[in-house]
Amino acid sequence: MEIEQFRYDNKIVQKFLYATMLWGVVGMLVGLLLAFMFLFPNITDGISWLSFGRLRPLHTNAVIFAFVGNAIFAGVYYSLQRLLKTRMFSDALSSINFWGWQLIIVAAALTLPLGYTTSKEYAELEWPIDLAIAVVWVVFGWNMIGTILKRRQRHLYVAVWFYLATFVTVAVLHIFNSLELPVGALKSYSVYAGVQDALVQWWYGHNAVAFFLTTPFLGLMYYFVPKAANRPVYSYRLSIVHFWSLIFIYIWAGPHHLLYSALPDWAQNLGVVFSVMLIAPSWGGMINGLLTLRGVWDKVRSDATLKFMVVAITGYGMATFEGPMLSLKNVHAIAHFSDWIIAHEHVGALARNGFLTFGMIYLLVPKMFKTTLYSKGLANFHFWIGTLGIVLYALPMYVAGFTQALMWKEFNPDGSLVYGNFLETVSQIIPMYWMRAIGGSLYILGMLIMVYNVVVTIRKGSSVEDELAEAAPHTRVTKRRLDGENFHNW
Amino acid sequence: MSVIYVLLTISISVAVVFFMAFIRSVRAGQYDDAYTPSVRMLFEDELVPPGKENTKVKTEGENQNKDTNQ
Ligand code: HEM
Ligand code: HEM
Repeated sequence: MEIEQFRYDNKIVQKFLYATMLWGVVGMLVGLLLAFMFLFPNITDGISWLSFGRLRPLHTNAVIFAFVGNAIFAGVYYSLQRLLKTRMFSDALSSINFWGWQLIIVAAALTLPLGYTTSKEYAELEWPIDLAIAVVWVVFGWNMIGTILKRRQRHLYVAVWFYLATFVTVAVLHIFNSLELPVGALKSYSVYAGVQDALVQWWYGHNAVAFFLTTPFLGLMYYFVPKAANRPVYSYRLSIVHFWSLIFIYIWAGPHHLLYSALPDWAQNLGVVFSVMLIAPSWGGMINGLLTLRGVWDKVRSDATLKFMVVAITGYGMATFEGPMLSLKNVHAIAHFSDWIIAHEHVGALARNGFLTFGMIYLLVPKMFKTTLYSKGLANFHFWIGTLGIVLYALPMYVAGFTQALMWKEFNPDGSLVYGNFLETVSQIIPMYWMRAIGGSLYILGMLIMVYNVVVTIRKGSSVEDELAEAAPHTRVTKRRLDGENFHNW
Repeated sequence: MSVIYVLLTISISVAVVFFMAFIRSVRAGQYDDAYTPSVRMLFEDELVPPGKENTKVKTEGENQNKDTNQ
């Protein structure tokens, strides 16, 4: 068999990595500003486009779709080529994917502060931007499927399945949740109304968490953790089983965002049952990731990349244990509307999404620039300050959540509320909000250190934009070879 | 709650598509070997151009100096 030579496209991965870092810093600075608004509610008074209500969706969109989104693209474009042993299907599509996505982000950063919003959480962008998202997302999928079709490796590694599921499901969710009637250039009304709209919204919203923040990152975990540890994944069989069970269960869990609402009881309960079931495949992934490190824990001590990944996987385990608990109606009655939910969200986001992304950046930059990381010390410092940041963010929010829940449910003998004024709870937890702001600042400081470390590393390295590689071509298995073999039922 | 039927239809269609993909990949023998793929992905197939090896050692040395300076 003849060995073929080809070139991997590193340029596109580098571009996505730069975008990840840029938008990560911007999006989290907006988050930090929000955190400070809890302490100084009047800092942006008089500037309508810097008011809390407009900045909050800017924060969520920037960190989810810009920071995490670009990280997904970077990781997918890097690993897909190497797993399938071929260059991306089309450089033009890769470029459209990159520039289109950045344009969408810029459009979001302009329209949200100006007050253009559909008011659907995580789907705030107005209809022209929604259309653009759909197009760019399909371009991404087209590029990915094209690459899969021209692959040189017969077996599709489990990460590729995670990427595929991400593409298909996000496309479906985005399109159906964003069905809206335009009434102006930047104004539209959802085709659904009332509780129906809420159900579609959280069917989308939950799966935005599931298929944007979770499945792609599981795929990235299955590629980058074994690579960083230089160990095969603990159980490949488990990874396949948990992939298929995860995607079949996840899509039904949305109603846990609508407990105690006007949604019919049976639909609420259905959501709860599936949410509780989710713990199995989620922990399957978490355990598989952690056990991959068996025998290399000594490496974790010195290697910042692995440290980041360990915390990322642990954070995933925590968020997915907490999630099913939050779905139980009695726990939900405590947590809903309180800062507990904010803690839950940011453990997932800061630890799992953030830290896996940082680990990936520390792994990829030296690799693609053919050099070593400028300073391991700084990377380790980033790790510790980031971890401290997460702890200082999350723990106070749990305390705040319980304080709120307890105070809100405190009654006088005559049945009236002891703390009838909402501000009484707020002023009670101001110290918690201070700690969150400090934690967030530390986390961002760590990120800035990473950016510096990466810039110096890139300066001393030499970029290889089209990396030469070789592999044997994909050969079809002929019918003759399969003669006499049946589908076996285990 | 008519929208529930819309969502059920969409969700089940997506699930059916994935289920067919699953059956197809099992039949195509994708899962016959549940070990080798995990090892195979560890190998790098990038070719290191000759001459690069030297510069790499140099940069590593540079870095060590810097580390001790700190
Ligand atoms: C230093 C980093 C960060 C800081 C200081 C920060 C701060 C905040 C603040 C103050 C809020 C508003 C909470 C409220 O309304 O009570 C918020 C909401 C949110 N943030 Fe962050 N954030 C950070 C990073 C991230 C990251 C990396 C992600 C995701 C990948 C993220 C996702 C979200 C989401 C989804 C919400 C809305 C939560 C909800 O509606 O329940 N944040 N953040
Ligand atoms: C098995 C997995 C999970 C389950 C069953 C689950 C369940 C829940 C529940 C019940 C809520 C409370 C909703 C409310 O009180 O309004 C919630 C909120 C949330 N969760 Fe999770 N969760 C899981 C994993 C995750 C992960 C890994 C992340 C992030 C990376 C995440 C991000 C969020 C966000 C952003 C919210 C706030 C939504 C909002 O109201 O804006 N969840 N989740």
